[in-house]
Amino acid sequence: SSQVVWDTLGNRQFCSYKITTKTQNFCRNEYNLTGLCNRSSCPLANSQYATIREEKGRCYLYMKTIERAAFPRRLWERVLLNKNYEKALEEIDENLIYWPRFIRHKCKQRFTKITQYLIRIRKLTLKRQRKLVPLRRKIERREKRREEKALIAAQLDNAIEKELLERLKQDTYGDIYNFPIHAFDKALQQQDAESESESDAEKEEDDEDTDTREFVEADDSDLSDFEDMDKLETSSEEEREEEEEVEKKASHAKSKGKTPLKGPAKRKRRYIEIEYEEETEPTTKTKAA
Amino acid sequence: AGDGSGPVGAAAEGGGLPAPERVLFPPTFSVSEIKNKQRRHFMFLRWKQQQRKEKLAAKKKRRKEREALGDKAPPKAVPKTIENQRVYDETTVDPNDEEVAFDEATDEFAPYFNRQTVPKILITTSDRPRGRTVRFCEQLSTVIPNSHVYYRRGLALKRIIPQCIARDFTDLIVINEDRKIPNGLVLSHLPDGPTAHFRMSSVRLLCSSHSYLLLSFQRTGKEPTEHVPEVILNNFTTRLGHSVGRMFASLFPHDPQFIGRQVATFHNQRDYIFFRFHRYIFKSEKKVGIQELGPRFTLKLRSLQKGTFDSKFGEYEWIHKRREMDTSRRKFHL
Repeated sequence: SSQVVWDTLGNRQFCSYKITTKTQNFCRNEYNLTGLCNRSSCPLANSQYATIREEKGRCYLYMKTIERAAFPRRLWERVLLNKNYEKALEEIDENLIYWPRFIRHKCKQRFTKITQYLIRIRKLTLKRQRKLVPLRRKIERREKRREEKALIAAQLDNAIEKELLERLKQDTYGDIYNFPIHAFDKALQQQDAESESESDAEKEEDDEDTDTREFVEADDSDLSDFEDMDKLETSSEEEREEEEEVEKKASHAKSKGKTPLKGPAKRKRRYIEIEYEEETEPTTKTKAA
Repeated sequence: AGDGSGPVGAAAEGGGLPAPERVLFPPTFSVSEIKNKQRRHFMFLRWKQQQRKEKLAAKKKRRKEREALGDKAPPKAVPKTIENQRVYDETTVDPNDEEVAFDEATDEFAPYFNRQTVPKILITTSDRPRGRTVRFCEQLSTVIPNSHVYYRRGLALKRIIPQCIARDFTDLIVINEDRKIPNGLVLSHLPDGPTAHFRMSSVRLLCSSHSYLLLSFQRTGKEPTEHVPEVILNNFTTRLGHSVGRMFASLFPHDPQFIGRQVATFHNQRDYIFFRFHRYIFKSEKKVGIQELGPRFTLKLRSLQKGTFDSKFGEYEWIHKRREMDTSRRKFHL
């Protein structure tokens, strides 16, 4: 009658455990030994059948014999196998003695596979495991939208520029950058305060000049990109020369409106030299005034 | 009668004639009561146009009134923004607060701010990083001076940390990856300092396709140099924000080299921290130009832990609890 079962279920009519794919047929029955849908592996179509199944890390040998075919509840007999691999194989052999070769062989193969994956599970649980955290779609969308809005509200470029200008105003950069108008305002403020210490200030600035000149020259390699900084270099070199020429350069620069020049030095000198600058640079005189 | 004439009039004009200058809608008329979709749509458009005209007229009138009043005009109304309406956080730090100043002088970052330690950063990833993450790590290491990238080959973080401390690292950055893009950042200050866990989003890498242009001198300006950049921290107002800001500041060496003209910005806006890296140049004392180099990303703080990284037994100073903290749109924690 197993042949009848196979003829009906296996080949012709519907078997609910059967899954067909392009190349092969699989059997979803939990007692199936190989997982394929064959005449010899179908647990329904064989009256004498055996499988290995594992539960909670222990392996059991399930056996089905023709004598119990009328009692579905007692159909499958289960034997707990030894934890030791070789001893368990011996147990399989001794339980399935006189059984067809195919079933014995496949049982041992299945048992080997199961023990291997159990070992792997135990090894992996000892290592770190990646925790998968489910994302909630609504929250993700909300966060993304809020981030976009925050980005727009932040106006990053403006904020950074403002902060940099603040730092410039508060002199955190020291004497690296010197802008004429800025220094001019400072000059106006300081004219009343420091009218006496000009000579001292000049000497100090000469020292400062040398210091900062060193700085700027070191910049040469970095600043080849920027035209402005080129002009700064050239202007700094020329600061070594006499004051009048510096004034000339300053006035040229001012008329172009580009180069930042040494402010404080210039303002102090301008204050002193207003008289004899008239012949050469009337423009500077008006600006100084 | 009024309702009847309205739609009928529309039907006559719905054929494409322009709407008349001033349409008088009878007061009981409502656009939504017309059953025909085309006519309804047309009437709605006309109603909208009329509304816009009225609004424009009102604006002009208001402006004329304001000009007429001159100095006595009431001050302009400031529009409400989320930042204006922000729920006042009681942990906002007052600049003159002594307690906070004392705390900050004695917390884990004190040695850094007293210039006793020089930051040394270790950047690593989660297991098996993909190309994007690897490139991001490299770019990040060029941006942060004195940083080293090490691959993690399945090593447990708890074992790495003592080794790092032994080798004098001050900070550890772990970039977590999911589906080939970096999405998380763990920043841990090493000699048992706080650990901050962020969610990272919108990561943009430096366009690395400029490398072929390195031959020409012009293009070398597109990459960060070895100079120590300045740091800008914006909008970290609360106590929590302060600690996070100090964490970021301690990544960079204390003395920036102004010659390099580079600046790294951490800008906090509505609990999102935007990171940018720029090179600036002062064109005049009122204008500065900035050029972006280096990667950009946004962070959102998820948790702040007191000790070094320890997910099981750590003491958390702050965790983002969605149900409690996300209830108000105007409430921010950083």
